[in-house]
This record gives sequence, structure tokens and C-alpha cells, in this order.
Amino acid sequence: MERDIILEVRDLSKSFGGIKAVDSLSLNLKKGELLGIIGPNGSGKSTLINIITGFLKPDKGKVLYKGTDITGLSPYKIANIGLVRSFQFIRPFYKIPVYKNVVISLCSDRVKRLKGGSFGRRDEVAIDLLEELGFERDSRILYKETSEIPHGYLRRVELARCIALNPDLLILDEILSGMSKPEVASIIPVIKRLNDQGLTIIMVEHRIKELFQIAHRVIVLNFGRKIADSTPEEVMQDQTVRSAYIGKAKINFRR
Amino acid sequence: MNTLNTLNTVNIAKRKERIDRAIKARCNDIYTLLSLKEISYVIAPKLCLILFIFIFPLLKAILGYYWERVFYITCLIAILAISWELLSYVGLVSLGQAFVFGTGAYISGIFNINFHIPVPFSILLASGFGALICTLILFPASKIKGIYFAMITLCIPMFFSKVIEATEIFGGTSGISGISPIGNYYVEMYFPALVLIGAFFCLRRLMSTDFGLLIIGIKDNEFSLMSSGINIYKIKFFVIFLSSALGCFSGACMCHYYQFVGISAFSLDYSIIPLACSILGGIDGFSGSLIGAFVVCPLSEMLRGFGTLRIVIYSVLLIMFILLVPEGIFSYISRKYHQIERWKEI
Repeated sequence: MERDIILEVRDLSKSFGGIKAVDSLSLNLKKGELLGIIGPNGSGKSTLINIITGFLKPDKGKVLYKGTDITGLSPYKIANIGLVRSFQFIRPFYKIPVYKNVVISLCSDRVKRLKGGSFGRRDEVAIDLLEELGFERDSRILYKETSEIPHGYLRRVELARCIALNPDLLILDEILSGMSKPEVASIIPVIKRLNDQGLTIIMVEHRIKELFQIAHRVIVLNFGRKIADSTPEEVMQDQTVRSAYIGKAKINFRR
Repeated sequence: MNTLNTLNTVNIAKRKERIDRAIKARCNDIYTLLSLKEISYVIAPKLCLILFIFIFPLLKAILGYYWERVFYITCLIAILAISWELLSYVGLVSLGQAFVFGTGAYISGIFNINFHIPVPFSILLASGFGALICTLILFPASKIKGIYFAMITLCIPMFFSKVIEATEIFGGTSGISGISPIGNYYVEMYFPALVLIGAFFCLRRLMSTDFGLLIIGIKDNEFSLMSSGINIYKIKFFVIFLSSALGCFSGACMCHYYQFVGISAFSLDYSIIPLACSILGGIDGFSGSLIGAFVVCPLSEMLRGFGTLRIVIYSVLLIMFILLVPEGIFSYISRKYHQIERWKEI
């Protein structure tokens, strides 16, 4: 049982000034699980992700990844042990061609260790990967400067950049936001397929409908605390969740 | 009607065409050049640069020793400007190249005078040791960026010059004199010129490799690079070391040339001139810094005839350049070069 747990967050707290962004939060994640994290704006989702991936240091608590303590480790070290994140405000490299974004990930120590001597073919590996994510192999778009391509493509490039690291646990921070319906429809199967192949995924999302289709388990945060943790169906019925989202005022429409 | 007909025939027979038609697309993406003509189109500018730098020192008899001296100093400033540009590649805008320059100059002088190390070796040792010292000081500062890094680098050379002045180490205000010159005229001229060309082309090559990609990535987006599992501190350390080594080399050559090193090596001039070269020449790429240095330094020498008004005219010219060619001299020239047209028969 213990072995199945890939990520464990123990009693994590972080406050900015007087505001408790994350308030003694604990959670477990099993290998192969697809966990959704939702919550209203300012409920501490991004802070939690930033602490797990080493971009912020917690005031209190621990993050255990595969049984080892990774609290306060440098972000690049965390990425190199297979815990990879995407950014909410997408942060690709703007001045280089699109496929080079993926090449950058392929230069990391982790890929060098896993793939051995695949030097010199990084460009090809990158283009293969982008093709898997629905880019056409010979389209001009792969060779354009990253700043010139549309938003929906950027999200997919960001996803490719993460997958190139061959992660064991992938954290997607609002990857669906700002995407059109057809774009979401094309990326959801990709995420599902990655999960079926054994990749553990955490999705932080605002698009609840799409998330609930694929998530195995959903955690709801409000004011840095966990207010629900169960299957999507049960979370939908949960009264505290509803009041967190909609508010407590009771409106009687029939009157 | 008749004239119109003749015009038409002329138009049909010939039309203007850019000489880089088809070549540019081919050498940007897939690197296939079909003929000697196309190859020469690509390498001609580089060849011109190399030939210029190699032939200029040989023209001593025609141009006189004065302009050779200007050429020598221009080469050193160009190296300093390239080292500034390299730092700016990782997003570190330095206002203190004088620190690197002065460190190189002092260390080379001390090695030469106190340890009696012959000249070429003292320059090389100064480049290495100086780079190490500069990196140890600049690297901790590199964690902060933008204007704050600029402020820190601005302070460091002032700090060192005042320390030397107050404690009177390394000769205090009177500096270290009696440093041996390089001696041989050709060795003296070609040593920095070769290092300049070598550094220029090697760095350009470096930037087109995957490692260069990571360097460009740091300036673009540090966080994304870190979350891609890249150790940005290692890369920054390497870039700062390389940049410092070039700057120290430049300073070391200068001290053997004047056979003297004093606190003037830490003066603000050496911080500002490389910056001016890079901005004037075009801030994107090493070519801009190089061309900028070859405009700024001779220009400042040419204006010596004006006496006290020199700095005024110099400043006005620099402002004019920046206003009229905001993209930088190099970008302007290269754009015009690609737009040269020729008549083509159809």
C-alpha cells in the first residue's frame, strides 16, 4: 500500500502576510491516478503547486515524493526526478522556433540519463513528440517563432515541453483555460491516453465539466483548506462545495 | 503608344531581383547552397571582416603608427564589448565592465612585475585567474536581475578603485609602472586581433548549438527553463566565467601596451564604452558589438582635432546615430546587404 503512493503532502502551510494561502493541508496521491484539484479563485491551488514543485518554500509541512522528502529542493532538481509541471500563465521561450521549446527539455539531465546517447537527434525527437500531440509534421508552424503562434497551440507546446522530460508525475496548472471547445476536445484524449499509459497526473482546473469527465478523484480547496476529497460524482452532490462556489445565500426562485 | 511599347519590351526582357532571392530561404532553413556564387553571398561579409583585421596591421608604412595604435585599442574594446554582449545574453545587463577590465589589467601587471612571468603568459594567466575572481564576485550578484544587477555592477569597480586608493595596495594612486611591453610589433598587433576573431566566431557558433539555446532560454524565461530540469546556475556560471575571461584578456593586453596600470583601469569609461558599442552596433548578436567598436573608437580618435569640444561633438554624433539608426548599424547594414538588387533577364 505504501509503495503505491507517489506523492504525499503532510500538513502544509504557507501564508503571505496575514493571508493563509495554504492552511495545514494534507493529501495523498496513488500511482496512476488522475487527480483533479478545483476551488474558487484565491483558494490556494497555485500556491500548493508552487510549493510542491519547489518554486515556493512552505512555512510548515513536508512534501514527500516516492518516499523522499523534496521540500525546498531547487525546481530544476525536482523536475529532474520526474515531477514536472506546466505553468498557468504559459511561459514558453518566445524568441526561438516552436519545436526548440521541446528541445530545451530534451537537454535536461533526466533525459540524458534515461535516453543515453541520443545526442544530435534532439530536433527529430522533439518533432516526433509534437506530432503525437497533434501538430502536423511538416507544417510551417513548428518552425515559426514561438511568439507568432496562437494561444491554443502554445498550451500544446507547453504540454509537449513537460512530456519531453518523461515525467512520473505531471502537474497541469489550468492547461485548458483559454482554449476553444474544439481545442479542448482534442487535448482531453491526449491527457487520458497519457494517464492510461501509467502517468500520474494532477490537473488544476476551472473547467469543471471537462475535468470531471476524466478525473478519478477530485479535491476541492477553499481558503487553503481541503473541503472535499472524493469521486467526481460525490463532489458534485456535496453541499459545502456548492456553497463555496455559489455562496451561502439562499435564493428562492419560486417566490 | 510607341513609347509604351518599348517600355513594355524592356520590362519583359529584364526585371530587378534581389540577389538573395531563394538563397536566403535556403540557408535559413535547410542549408543547401547550390553554387559558388551562393556560397560567396553567404561568406563574403565574414571574409571581409577577417581580411580587414588581418591586413590592417600590415599597412603600418602607409597609415602610420598612430592609426595602428587606434586599431589595437579598437580590438581590445571590441573584445570588451563582446564580453558585455555575452553577459546580456543571460539577461544580465552590466554597467561594470570596468571591473573585469581592471581586474585583468592589475593581475597581469602584478604577475609581470612581482613574479617575473613573461608577457604572453601573464596575459593568459590574468585571463584565467581574473575570470575566476570576477566570477566569484559577479555570480552571487547574478541572482538578481535587471536594473538591480546593473546597480551592483556599477558599484563594484568604484569600490575596488577606492580600496586601492585608500589602502595603497598595488601602488595606490600612482599605480604599477614598468610593466614589460609585448615587444614584437606583429605579435602585439595580431595577438588581440586573433583572439577577437576567434572569440567572435566561436561564440556565434556556440549560440547556434543546443547549449546556446539554453543560454537564450535563460534571458527569455528562467522559470520555464528550471521546470524543464535545466540547472540554470551552472549555465550562468559558465557564461559569466567566459565573459569575464574575455574582459580580463582585454584589460591585460591594455596594461602591457601602456606599460602601466593604475586605478584609471577601473574608470567609468571602460564600463560605458562597451555599452555604447553594443547599442550603436545593434544589440542583437555579437556582430553588432564588433561593428560598433569599429565605429565608436576611431570616431573618438578622429575628433581629437576639436580639442575641448571633442566630447560635445562625440556625444551629438552618438545621439544622432541612435536617433537615425535605432536598429543599430549592423542590423541596418545587413538589411541593406540583403536588399541589393540586380537586373535579371527573363
